[in-house]
This record gives sequence, C-alpha cells and structure tokens, in this order.
Amino acid sequence: MKIVLCIKQVPDTTDIKWTENNTICRDGLESVINPYDVYSVENALHLRNACKAAEITAFSMGPLQAENMLRKALALGIDNAVLLCDKKFAGSDTYATAKTIASGISKFVPDFDLIICGQFATDGDTAQTGPSIANFLDIPQVTFVREIIDCSNREIVVKRELSDGEETVKVTLPALICVLKNEKEPTRATINGIKSASKKSVVIKSAEDLGISSDLTGIKGSPTFVSKAFRAKKREKNCEFTDNIDKLAEAVEFNGDSENE
Amino acid sequence: MNKGILIWAEISRDDYVNPVVFELAGRAAELSGALDESPVMALVMLKPEMIDKYKEAFSINGFDKVYYLENSEFGEYKTDIFSKIAVEAVKDINPEIFLIGATNQGRDIAPRISSALNTGLTADCTALDINENKKLAATRPTFGGQLMATILSKTFPQMATVRPGTFKAPKTDKRKETEFIKLDIDTGDIKSKIEILDFKKKICSELNDIDSSDIIVAGGRGMQTKEGFELLKKLADKLGGAVGASRVAVEMGLASQDCQVGQTGKTVSPKLYIACGISGALQHTIGMEQSHKIIAINTDPDAPIFQIADYGYVGDAFEVIPQLIEKL
Repeated sequence: MKIVLCIKQVPDTTDIKWTENNTICRDGLESVINPYDVYSVENALHLRNACKAAEITAFSMGPLQAENMLRKALALGIDNAVLLCDKKFAGSDTYATAKTIASGISKFVPDFDLIICGQFATDGDTAQTGPSIANFLDIPQVTFVREIIDCSNREIVVKRELSDGEETVKVTLPALICVLKNEKEPTRATINGIKSASKKSVVIKSAEDLGISSDLTGIKGSPTFVSKAFRAKKREKNCEFTDNIDKLAEAVEFNGDSENE
Repeated sequence: MNKGILIWAEISRDDYVNPVVFELAGRAAELSGALDESPVMALVMLKPEMIDKYKEAFSINGFDKVYYLENSEFGEYKTDIFSKIAVEAVKDINPEIFLIGATNQGRDIAPRISSALNTGLTADCTALDINENKKLAATRPTFGGQLMATILSKTFPQMATVRPGTFKAPKTDKRKETEFIKLDIDTGDIKSKIEILDFKKKICSELNDIDSSDIIVAGGRGMQTKEGFELLKKLADKLGGAVGASRVAVEMGLASQDCQVGQTGKTVSPKLYIACGISGALQHTIGMEQSHKIIAINTDPDAPIFQIADYGYVGDAFEVIPQLIEKL
C-alpha cells in the first residue's frame, strides 16, 4: 500500500507580531508543521503498523526552509519526502497549490492508494486544497475524518464528523482523506528514527521537474488574489469586574433591552 | 455572459433546507442591486417529488429562480455524485457569482466544484460586497482570525463559501413569484465510490442548538473535563440556553464539533454569552464578540476574554457555577 501525505509549514499563529502598518511582522516568525498535519503523519504511521507493507511519502510545497519540517517527518518514520520548491510556485492560491501538488503526486507516486491531508491549515484555514487535489486526480474524497476504522488494499473505512452527527463511510481506493485532530498522543521521534532519517534525504523538485507550465502555478495560475489585507478589529469593552456571586447572578438574569448596547 | 447570483441549497438529512441558504439569499438580494438587479437563484438536488415541499420556503426567502435536479440517489449526500452533477448544472446556469454555505457539506463540495470549473473560491467568508468594478469582494479572517483578507476572483463564476450566521435571511414580506426550473442533466451511471455505513445523529444538535439560542454558556480549556461541561449544561438548562465550546475544548474531546464557536466553528450573537474557562484567543472571540452581553468567568485576571466582556468574575468556574445556579 502506498500512502501519500500532504503537509504544510505554517507560521506559528499563536505568536503573531504586528508592524506599525498593521501588517504581519514575518521576521522572527517561528515556522511549525501545521498542527492538523501532525495527525496526517500520525494516521499514516498508525496505518502502516496496521497493514505492514505500507510505504509513506510526504509532499510539501513551499520555500527551502520547509525541508526541516520534512526532515522531522522522516525522523518520525516517513519513508520518502518530496519538497516542491520553485520561485514559480510562489503566490499560489488553493487552486494553483492543489494543481501543483497533484501533478507532483502523479509524477512521483503515480500508483498511490491513499492520500492524507490535514483538514485545515492554521494560517489560511481554507480547507480547500485537499478536495481540489482529489478533483485534479479524479479520486473520491472524505473530509472531516475523525478516525480511521479499517483499511485494506481496496478500501478504507473512516468516521467523519458532520454538523448533525457522525457518519461511518467506506470509500474505494485510491482516495483522499482530510483528517481532524484526534485523541491520540502524537508520536515523538526516537534516536533510531533520527539516525535513520539522517541517511535519507529530502528530494527537492522544481516546476520543470514536474513538467508543470508556469501559467498553471504561482500567481499566474491562481484564479484568486488578495486585494487587501487588514488587521481584524477587536471590540473592546469596559469590563465591570465583580467578586460577588449575587452581582454575577444579577448580571446573568438581567437580560433587559438596552443596558449594554 | 455570466448572469445572476446562484446559491447552493443544502438539504439536511431530515429534509429541511439549511438556514444558511436563506441567509445567503438575504445578502444576495442586497448585492443584486449593485449588479443591475441580477436574479437570486438556487441550485438544489433532491429525491424525486420533493420540490413541492420546499417551494414556499424559497419564495418567502426571495429567490427569483430555483433550479432543481431529481434522482432517487440524491437523498444522501455523497461528494463524488453531488459534485459531478453540480458542476454540469453550474455550467448550464452560468452564474456570475456562486455562493455556498460554509457548513461541513459546503466546505466539502465547494472546492471540488470550483476546481472542476477551473475557477477561484474564497473560503469561509464573513463579508461579501460588490466593488467598484462590479466584482465580488469576499472578505475572510485568516491567521487564526487576526488578519482579514479581501479576495477577488479573476475567473467566473466567482465563488465563495460563507460562514453560517453571518447574514440575515430576508424579511418575509418580500415574497417572490419564484420560477422553478427542472434541470435535465444526463447523470449517466452514477455509482458512488462512497458508501455510508452508519450515521449517528448527535443529541447535541437536537437539544443544544447554539445557532438559534438566546443564551449560550460556553466552556474552554479551563473546564478541563467532561464533568466540567456537565456543569455548564446544568447552568444552560437553568437559563434555557445552549452549551458552546472553544476549539481547544472540542479538540480535547470535551464537547462535540457542532458546539464549537469561533474561527473554525460557528459565529453566534446571542443575547447573553457566558464564557467559562475561555482565555479569549481571537480564534474564539471572532465567533462570539457580537453577542449582546458577555460575561466571563476565568481564573486569570489578565485573560484577553475580559477585554471584550461586559462583566467579569475572576475565579474558578468549577466553584462559581454551582453557586450561581443556586442563586438563579
């Protein structure tokens, strides 16, 4: 069984600093693996334990710094890592990103069985790249996956979360799934893992290697563009503190019309 | 020539139209004024002979045209079948703008449709406008809600998913003479590669409707355990409200995803929002700061939640809530 992971390096959004012009200060912004992608890795490792003969290849698209993140994935036990890295890819929206990654997957792992993506990336939060990759590769997708229940060479059974409940779904492989976080404690790299990862290398591929025309990727290949970006307004209020339960109960009970408008 | 604003009409498993569809109709009617009175249209995929059940709702909510497709396979949403047919339908209708509610179904199908149509899609928007060039300007929060981005599309249809709860459904006195048009699309052999083995309805969504509740008692990391959330439920029951949760609490498994308020959850604006053990990260507050009254209970006096709260109580929710329940 061949598993492909799509993982992304994101800025640590819990620690954003702002410039005077209300743009994000990117200097010194720590990059981390997208927290949802930790669970893609986790699910892939778990599947390999369950069905032994699995080979896992991680793909990422981004600047050279993303090589570090892929190295860490190798240390966790991922077999191969491919970084799609080219100035021509810069400025890609979700459409162009998906097109580029899909062409990378069909070029380097054409006989994949399962693609695992994180449901969201914490920087953009679009949840669009995974389903778009599935579309370009013409395979079925299952999103909002909480848990993988069962997997064979022909199909996979997963539990997915919907707004009104939980669905158990069987999908024929090859397929793509987008995973949510789950309760599993993420695997940590072991000394052996780090040692064997040091013998592997991250393969770096350019637009030319993919054979993707520069009209189909990067800013040129993106149907959308950001026309402006601005800092979210925060509604500040004067909080009235109390340490008296009666006062608190009063505040809860008094739902009168206009006192706080 | 692309014309009209098309809205994806999501039908729930229990055969009702998802409320976000009418919220989008409300905003689309306002936007249509800036687009030479562009028609407001819906696309809906239904089991056979179901359309009559929905006609009144579409008319009351101001739709000019409703395009519908019928098939016995359409009772259950399956991404591959629905997206394949929707793509053909959208090509036929050829709208200028195509809006989809950012529900789990919407976020599942929208990117599939947009990429098949080779057009752009903006995710989970919280504002929609028409700019000076008569293009759709879709604004959305990114970076955990800290940065807002306004996004335009170079291609047609201009597509966006929109967060439920962002807009209001139109006033019911604007009843339209809606035209219902049955689309005939050769669906061919529609065998799905997806099989739904089981569905467990969440009790939460039936008894705990945070979308429509006037009072929400919400918990975060500080509630620590499921017992903590039971305490919140007791308070909510006493007040006749619903229980909400922060992303962290949902990820910790303390509450289900449909209770989640914030950037990747729901946007709510109840009359009263009681935030218990919620620090108040932007990721959360973006989904609840429009609440009429906010009361925060937190052990940390410097927690950012107090910056947007009307009333604050510095203390342990585990101690405060039982006392509060007693007083009410």
